[in-house]
Amino acid sequence: MNILAWRLGRFALQMVSSLGRAVRMLFFALAGSPQLKNIPLVVRQIYQLGVLSVLIIVCSGFSIGAVLALQGYAQLARVGSESALGLGVALVLVMEIGPVVSALLFAGRAGSAITAEIGLMKATEQIASMEMMGVDPLRRIFAPRFWGGFIALPLLALMFSVVGIWGASLVAVDWLGVYGGSFWSVMEEGVDFFDHVLKGIVKSVVFGFVVIWIALFQGYDSLPTSEGISKATTNTVVFSSVWVLVLDFFLTLMMFQL
Amino acid sequence: MQSRKVEILVGCFLLASIFSLAVLAIRVSGFSLKSASDSYPLYCYFEEVGGLSERSKVAISGVAVGQVTSVAYSEETLNARVTIEIDSYIDSIPIDSTASILTEGLLGSKYVSISLGAEDEVLMSGDEIFDTQSAVILEDLIGKFLLDQF
Repeated sequence: MNILAWRLGRFALQMVSSLGRAVRMLFFALAGSPQLKNIPLVVRQIYQLGVLSVLIIVCSGFSIGAVLALQGYAQLARVGSESALGLGVALVLVMEIGPVVSALLFAGRAGSAITAEIGLMKATEQIASMEMMGVDPLRRIFAPRFWGGFIALPLLALMFSVVGIWGASLVAVDWLGVYGGSFWSVMEEGVDFFDHVLKGIVKSVVFGFVVIWIALFQGYDSLPTSEGISKATTNTVVFSSVWVLVLDFFLTLMMFQL
Repeated sequence: MQSRKVEILVGCFLLASIFSLAVLAIRVSGFSLKSASDSYPLYCYFEEVGGLSERSKVAISGVAVGQVTSVAYSEETLNARVTIEIDSYIDSIPIDSTASILTEGLLGSKYVSISLGAEDEVLMSGDEIFDTQSAVILEDLIGKFLLDQF
């Protein structure tokens, strides 16, 4: 009983202290005046994290949109309201699946890469040697990656939604024979820019912040061994996926009055 | 050279995402920047609004000509006060026109329909439509029908 309490206490302390280190890391990476000479580094990170993720985002978005159209059509056609298919697919993609699935893919594709990169930098003592040279690694290594990922994810989520809607229209209009005019006009009528599209973007901004923060911190806090890096990379994917899904619930609760 | 390629690709990435946002805004949500100046308000009082809400459609002969901007309870008249904004190119609604709350289809959303009157005088900005018809509540109809049965 005593040992259990002791372990529980140690676990809680570890949790709180790693949270504190995470906040400290983020603060020192972002605090202070923005350094204009670091903008090329941010551009390079947008390339690494954003541009290189476009392919997986586009392929997944297209497949998910097409599947939503197929499944939605099967159910809606039974009650003869397949013209509402466009609206249903667009709402689901813009509000939920677009931000959430692109954040999950981003965590797997880009978050794990960041963690492994920074963990390896730590293991090979590149970060320590930067400090020795008087370069602040938090601002030189961490800040560009943070901004790169933070900017890239919402943009990827937008692409995901658009490609998904396009995939759905291909399946529904060109293949299953839903009337194209009603597919698009019912969608236009029902989807509101501020109520639905903008709130979806807010979600993906929050997810981008959380995923990139977790990825950076797991690399920063990893043990400088091969096992430590492998564990940190796994943690990045697991923690960010869980946090994205939990936060999605609360964001939906807050933003969409149901 | 390598960094130039990166810059070009990042530029393309940003353009593609702006294009996506434009598609979502214009094609998917039918977003248009209409300022308040090119429409004018009218007021109508209803006994029962039955689910009419802000941004509901206002139609003449089924064609959308404006939207509902507020639905509020009025203490003075003891019923619901609905403010509608009519697009300003519709400038000849006779003062004896009727506003009624209808439903699109059997299960669709509620909207305000204006049936035009015959007077020469027309409604101006801020005027009231006196002749109104409340929303038909399906449950009331069913209740009446059941009452008639017995």
